[in-house]
Amino acid sequence: MANDTQFRTCPDTGLKIHLPAEKLIKTNAVVAVVFLLVGGLFGLSVALTRWPAVHFLPADWFYLALTAHGLDVLLVWIIFFEMAILYFASAILLGCRLAAPKLAWVGFWLMLVGAVMTNVVVLMGESSVMFTSYVPMQADPLFYLGIILFAVGALLCCCCFFGTLVIAKNEKTYEGSVPLVTFGAITAAIIAVFTIASGAIILIPTLMWSVGLVSYIDPLMYKVVWWAMGHSSQQINVSAHVAVWYLIAAVIFGAKPLSEKVSRTAFLLYILFLQLGSVHHLLVEPGLSSEYKIFNTSYAMYLAVLASMIHGLTVPGSIEAAQREKGFNKGLFEWLRKAPWGNPAFSGMFLSLVMFGFLGGITGVILGTEQINLIMHNTLYVPGHFHGTVVAGTTLAFMAVTYLLVPLIFRKEILFPKMAQWQPYVFAIGVTGLSVFMMGAGTLGVPRRHWDITFTDAAMSFDFPGAAYLMLGLNGVSAVVASLGGAMFIIVVVGSLLFGKTKGEAAPAPAAEAPPTTAAAQYGSAAHLEVPGTFALAMVFLVSFVLYYFVNWKYLAETWGLS
Amino acid sequence: MVDDQGGKGDKIPFMQQLLDNPFLLLCIGIVMPTVFYLIWGIMEVISIPLAN
Repeated sequence: MANDTQFRTCPDTGLKIHLPAEKLIKTNAVVAVVFLLVGGLFGLSVALTRWPAVHFLPADWFYLALTAHGLDVLLVWIIFFEMAILYFASAILLGCRLAAPKLAWVGFWLMLVGAVMTNVVVLMGESSVMFTSYVPMQADPLFYLGIILFAVGALLCCCCFFGTLVIAKNEKTYEGSVPLVTFGAITAAIIAVFTIASGAIILIPTLMWSVGLVSYIDPLMYKVVWWAMGHSSQQINVSAHVAVWYLIAAVIFGAKPLSEKVSRTAFLLYILFLQLGSVHHLLVEPGLSSEYKIFNTSYAMYLAVLASMIHGLTVPGSIEAAQREKGFNKGLFEWLRKAPWGNPAFSGMFLSLVMFGFLGGITGVILGTEQINLIMHNTLYVPGHFHGTVVAGTTLAFMAVTYLLVPLIFRKEILFPKMAQWQPYVFAIGVTGLSVFMMGAGTLGVPRRHWDITFTDAAMSFDFPGAAYLMLGLNGVSAVVASLGGAMFIIVVVGSLLFGKTKGEAAPAPAAEAPPTTAAAQYGSAAHLEVPGTFALAMVFLVSFVLYYFVNWKYLAETWGLS
Repeated sequence: MVDDQGGKGDKIPFMQQLLDNPFLLLCIGIVMPTVFYLIWGIMEVISIPLAN
């Protein structure tokens, strides 16, 4: 059992903070931001190459940069940050000691060594196999070994998270059920365990194939098992960023979920069905049956989509309920107009929520429908979709929560508060452009992962409409804006950590009411359940969803005319 | 706060017990995708006839 010298009480939130857990949160978050910077620079170079007027990189460097970009932002930045969230949602929110901090450090170092190893090997130029590394393309053995080490490290960190849950229960640091934010983190950790196990199942034989110990890996078998890791790793993000939405709503507004039971059931739907959506990457594989494809995407995945729509309703609903309790009751939207739009934690979180729903969510359903998937499979529409989920949804949510972590965990005041205020908006505008214009180009048939869409050296030429080139140009401009938003985030965060004024540790004067953070650390639903503004917003979303869904069926109908 | 966990001494509903047990959830969260995604998918690939 930890002694009291290993804890401090946060003067702002009243949370009991285990110092070894705090150190791990800081380290994982800092390393995550470093990889966001590296991966973001690679991403900018990719977008500038897709911009026809710039065409920045030569072909070999384009595929190298695309490989490094995918690894660094889809896997490394996100999972390092998620480990910080797991430690926060367990040891800090439950007010207990972290299980086996030494094991957590072993996990951290394995992740770091693996991530650096994979980056170095990719930069050496012999492993430009992209994030998916489909066989029979072969990378350097250290490429696979690096990812395996990273995955093993992440698994050890997940073990520490589950161990911490046991400690908290045994030491009775909470009563009844864990807080909803912790439950969201449990969902993320469960999906992480399946993801990592699937990665081991496919990457260990692939490593052996790369060193000559295994003679052959079936490409379709590889794709099936690899996507259990590749897509599920992005489902960890979804669960984690939804937990972050609830956390930010609780910390800023003292918001409690409209219904704990409904929100937890939605997370349960994630646990049951979210990973099955991985099949949408396999929808054009002729070797797999329609039963397999349709059950997993058009039945199971819709239940996970339902869960996302529930969260999309209950998170703003909980904010509306909290705001109306404070007296913001005029009309449908006073609660939203009077929200703290100048607080980057709130604006980042709310933009993340809206963009995840409109850009990433709706388009995910389009890609998950077998018939309409055919018109954009393997086009630039796919990266357009996942920039809507992973960048607009997850990355923006993680940036937003960082504005809370810097003062609460790092005990530093935010440097350049004006820049911090603008940062989520600049990043969101850039990412919206990235996502929309890539999807626009993809709808016109522009392929993904292609250095030269003009097919200069191809035996058979093909001309895309001029609009496709316009979309790619606008995509490049958007990438520059998004990079500016990313740079602003890094300047504010790194500047605050290095040069920010240290916040005092003096205990606050006793307040009449519990600090709002208490809502994040307790079980309980909101008392005020009338949220008409949120339901109006939800109807706008549903109408957009239905219209866009049928527009895509119209596109499909035009592909094969019947008369 | 609306307490929907029931008072002391009340029988805890099955769903509540399920949601409060992270290790049971972990089992379910691994079994579901393993059966419906991985095993089913692998069986589909294995059952593709070999070319003669």
